[in-house]
Amino acid sequence: MANQGPAYYSPYPAAIYEGVITPPEGKALLLEEVVDEEVAMREIAKQMLTKENATIFPGPQVLYGYNEEAKKKATLIKEMAEVLNAKMIPMYDYRPKYPKIDAEVEINPNHPNLTIWHNNIKAAIFIGVHCHYANVALKMVRCETDCYTIAICGLSGHEDAMATLRDQHSSELEKFIKIAREVKAELKL
Amino acid sequence: MATIKDMTDTHNWSGQKLVTADHMLFEAPREKHFMTGSEVLKEAVKRCTVDASVSYPITPQSEAAHLIGELWAEGYVGTYFRGENEFGVMSEVAGCAMAGARTITTTSGPGTLRAMENFPQWSGTRIPCQLILMARGINSPLTIQPDNLEVSFMLETGCMIWYAENVQELFDMTIAAFIVAEKPDVHVPIITVVDGFFVSHTRESVMLPADDIALLPYEPYKAPLPPIDSETPPGRFLRDPFVMKSNYISYATHASWQWEVRSAVERSRPYAKHFLKGLVHVTGTPDAEIAFVTCGTASHQAKEAERELMKLGVKTKVIKLRTIRPFPKEELLAELEGVKHIFVPEFNVVGWLEKEVKTALHNNHTAEIVGGPRVAGGMSMPAEAILKEVFEHINIEGK
Repeated sequence: MANQGPAYYSPYPAAIYEGVITPPEGKALLLEEVVDEEVAMREIAKQMLTKENATIFPGPQVLYGYNEEAKKKATLIKEMAEVLNAKMIPMYDYRPKYPKIDAEVEINPNHPNLTIWHNNIKAAIFIGVHCHYANVALKMVRCETDCYTIAICGLSGHEDAMATLRDQHSSELEKFIKIAREVKAELKL
Repeated sequence: MATIKDMTDTHNWSGQKLVTADHMLFEAPREKHFMTGSEVLKEAVKRCTVDASVSYPITPQSEAAHLIGELWAEGYVGTYFRGENEFGVMSEVAGCAMAGARTITTTSGPGTLRAMENFPQWSGTRIPCQLILMARGINSPLTIQPDNLEVSFMLETGCMIWYAENVQELFDMTIAAFIVAEKPDVHVPIITVVDGFFVSHTRESVMLPADDIALLPYEPYKAPLPPIDSETPPGRFLRDPFVMKSNYISYATHASWQWEVRSAVERSRPYAKHFLKGLVHVTGTPDAEIAFVTCGTASHQAKEAERELMKLGVKTKVIKLRTIRPFPKEELLAELEGVKHIFVPEFNVVGWLEKEVKTALHNNHTAEIVGGPRVAGGMSMPAEAILKEVFEHINIEGK
């Protein structure tokens, strides 16, 4: 299963070598379990609302307004952050940072653990990050931190995250925000 | 000759109607033709809305590369050019694919080895290009004859590897390969292997759909890395040469990147299973105690041996591996239930497939595994050679 927490100081084993694979269309993944999308959305909202220093990591696909969908998603992600009481730290670029990353203000796929350690982040959403860089980062975060990782993906999802939603476009983000509001009310937060 | 037009939602630039891979492979009516592997590869590429192809001559794939060039002249392939050598070809393939083009090339034997550095670079950059590998000998003394030792060099490049037995499989695999390689969660290069000459130069019956249909185009903006696109941010500054910054990444980045490439190959399993109708194909007797585990044309020869053994009342089965990467371990184990003797006939002297089988079966199966027969450098593998191997290891009445 995709273990939460340190799994030695190596990305091995990747979740897929433990039999975890991206969820089929219409489904989501919670650790190693394939579940309905709404079940996963409720759990994601709960994790984000209850874990310390919950943070959203928006990637280039939602940070740059290169099409209308990107702009709409960006607006919804701001709303999502407010509902989840979450901070936002951008992954605006995939290049390794020289000479040193400013972990206070950005995250980078080549050393994502630095930002998570520095800010003591216990739950995080990756969104708008190109899948390869998300996967590279998620494997490292999974192994070197105890952060509960969530991947909200516009394509096929990410088995190395503890929770993953796939095919997430602006309509699905609206649905998630609605569910997050409900969970927040249930938790009396 | 096709008329070159702008791509529309329904038709490609050559006027072919765009269809899904499911339609092309499973639904479209087919007619019988009689073609060589090289000719049938041309027919496959013709139906794949290929943006780019780069070529370089080397036996036995030269004819295939030439015929793809004809497709360019006929207006079916977007661009086509000759590289400086195979290293140049594979580098240029990388450039085309990183720019978002559906790209194919072909090579053989020494050409593969000359280009070697590019293959793990291909997978590391997550390009979904396709290499048709028409296997031939690579080792001194030089041979241009069929021999698949070169496949062993490709096993750990991070590319998917599929192996076609015959002309029909080459046609179907070439089409399916693009679609599986381009899945966003897979998106690694695919090497479609056939045995040079035995398939490339042999004329066989093949069922083909009409040539007025073609695959929907590749969608590079669904790639796991941004395509190189100087017009559209964020792509223009995100494909910074990773290696140039290698002093500034953690050891974990490189390790994680490599695991991710291999994870991507693993994610291809369900897609390959669908389009290939299983990662292994089995012929023979289901409850056999003797199995031949094969790939490529060795499968055909093993089937001949299976029929001869059936005449002697000996039940055998042939388990043909259609994918080598990912390796179909679970499927192989399932088919080997009850099997006591495994033979792995191969067209090389080193027995790389036998090693693959032994690795998969280690601590998972108790059958005796015999690596053989092995032929190389252009030798054929008659059924008699396979039978001889069986008779040397198993006492069979009436042999």
